[in-house]
Amino acid sequence: MTTATASMLEHPAITPKRMDAYAKWGLLLIIPYALVFCIFVIYPVFYGLSLASNPESYRKLFKDPVFFRSVINTFIFVVVAVNVKFLIALVLSGFFIRTNWWIKILSVIFILPWAVPSIPTILSIRFMLNPEWGVINTTIFNLTGNDGPNWLNDPWIALGMSMLTHIWKSLPFWTLILIAGRLAIPAGLYEAASVDGATSWQKFKFVTWPSLKTLYLTSTILSMIWTLGDFNSVYLLTGGNPADLTHVMATLGIRYLRLDQVDMAMATIVCALPFVLPLAYYMMRRLSKPTEADAVGA
Amino acid sequence: MKKFLSEGKLLLIGLPVLLWTMLPIYHICLFAFNAKDKGFSGKLWPSDPTLQNIGIVVQQKHFYLTHFWSQIGSSLLIALTAGALTLFVATTAAFAISRLRVPGGRFVMNAALFTYLIPAAFLAVPMYKAMGTYGLLNNRWALILAMVTLASPYAIWVLKQASDKLPLELDEAAKIDGATPWQLFRLVYLPLMVPSLVAIGTYAVLLAWNEYLYAFLLLSREEHQTLAVALGHFLNADDSPWELLMTAGLLYALPPAILYYVFRKYMVGGLTAGATKG
Repeated sequence: MTTATASMLEHPAITPKRMDAYAKWGLLLIIPYALVFCIFVIYPVFYGLSLASNPESYRKLFKDPVFFRSVINTFIFVVVAVNVKFLIALVLSGFFIRTNWWIKILSVIFILPWAVPSIPTILSIRFMLNPEWGVINTTIFNLTGNDGPNWLNDPWIALGMSMLTHIWKSLPFWTLILIAGRLAIPAGLYEAASVDGATSWQKFKFVTWPSLKTLYLTSTILSMIWTLGDFNSVYLLTGGNPADLTHVMATLGIRYLRLDQVDMAMATIVCALPFVLPLAYYMMRRLSKPTEADAVGA
Repeated sequence: MKKFLSEGKLLLIGLPVLLWTMLPIYHICLFAFNAKDKGFSGKLWPSDPTLQNIGIVVQQKHFYLTHFWSQIGSSLLIALTAGALTLFVATTAAFAISRLRVPGGRFVMNAALFTYLIPAAFLAVPMYKAMGTYGLLNNRWALILAMVTLASPYAIWVLKQASDKLPLELDEAAKIDGATPWQLFRLVYLPLMVPSLVAIGTYAVLLAWNEYLYAFLLLSREEHQTLAVALGHFLNADDSPWELLMTAGLLYALPPAILYYVFRKYMVGGLTAGATKG
């Protein structure tokens, strides 16, 4: 009785009975996701953290040279690959908003790497890079008569190739996002700039970039978080080889898991959390703010 | 003349982009349509195109491919079930949060967003251990539920954004007419959300069909495996038949590519609208 009165006071316009029906349905409909979240996110995370609570695992982990190499690789991977990818995406988004007929067709083809599954395409790249019979080295040999580099046997070249693979795979998606951002810029701004005799560089500097900056930076952060977890580009291309020198933290965790060292696997992931969690928290605040989301448009 | 020149400049960007995009994909086709051995010779086009490899793959005439069709079936079953479940979970949650304004809805939204922002590879190890305690390892449900867990946060977010844009007057009018929440959901909300639902359904199906890491951790029995895991097995041996791997890979890549292009309009609209916010 008291609750009914209270809800009547809070929502004088709605009768208590109707209010109850809507609130009940609300709770009922949120249950499926709440269950999924509790069973497959909350429980696994806490169970995982309990597996990672032994200080001994971290001592073992820090003694493993593979771990340090993978931290360095992860850092290079995230900083270099993501920023190179975004610079290319920024340029290409300007290219793809043009209305030439062939550019429109090309933009449809361009999305393919993102639309098809990783495994066949990354394995295809892996075969292309085969030093003996891969198409790249065969072509180098046919053209110059010299043997090409042993691509995946040199840890730094192999890591570079993994980064290129990552860029190949996720460039279309981010270009698409920046295209949407560019299309949201009012055409009048460009017309006004043209009237004032602005060069294309000035148009970019004074019109495009100020409007696109927020989207560009948020997307870069988002992509950095996800690139930390890019397992396929490294695992399928190099498998962490040669000599476990090209692992990143995402593949190292799985490597320990496959060696039945679950505590080490979890410890690796826990070591990545200080980088992931602040970025994820920042992005969560940003994405859940409705006003700012509208300001970006689209 | 000037137009011609600027067209030429654009081609200087366009041609490398086309080459860069198509090279690995063309390379797959080169292997798939060449007879054995010829793919190795470094020729840049099939000298003698053949469907022989496709024949071997679809008739499962190789040791690596004895379960090809059951693995395709497995991939399909998992992708479709995960897509349907994701749609169900995400639509109900988005409706409750956005339209019914359920208490704690904001908290659930943030929890979902946070899950979305944690890289899936980091969640894989705890998920694998948890599936072990649930006794679901080697059961297709493990992969289906894992995919629903990974797909629904983004799905809820996109659907909530789309749903927030529907005018509140609709709900009020329905309420005045005495509609129950269920009627509001079924007769007003769902029909208006169709474009976003298509985008999200496609997204979830593609995510599940393409998944490799979770599939190979959670399913190890051969007849349950998805095709992605089976293709990964080719890596285990040095003398793998690459041309068959590429052929099977091509057949595996076709359905998602077709699905994407069929629903491209919805995908680009729905997904970039979500993603550009922020």
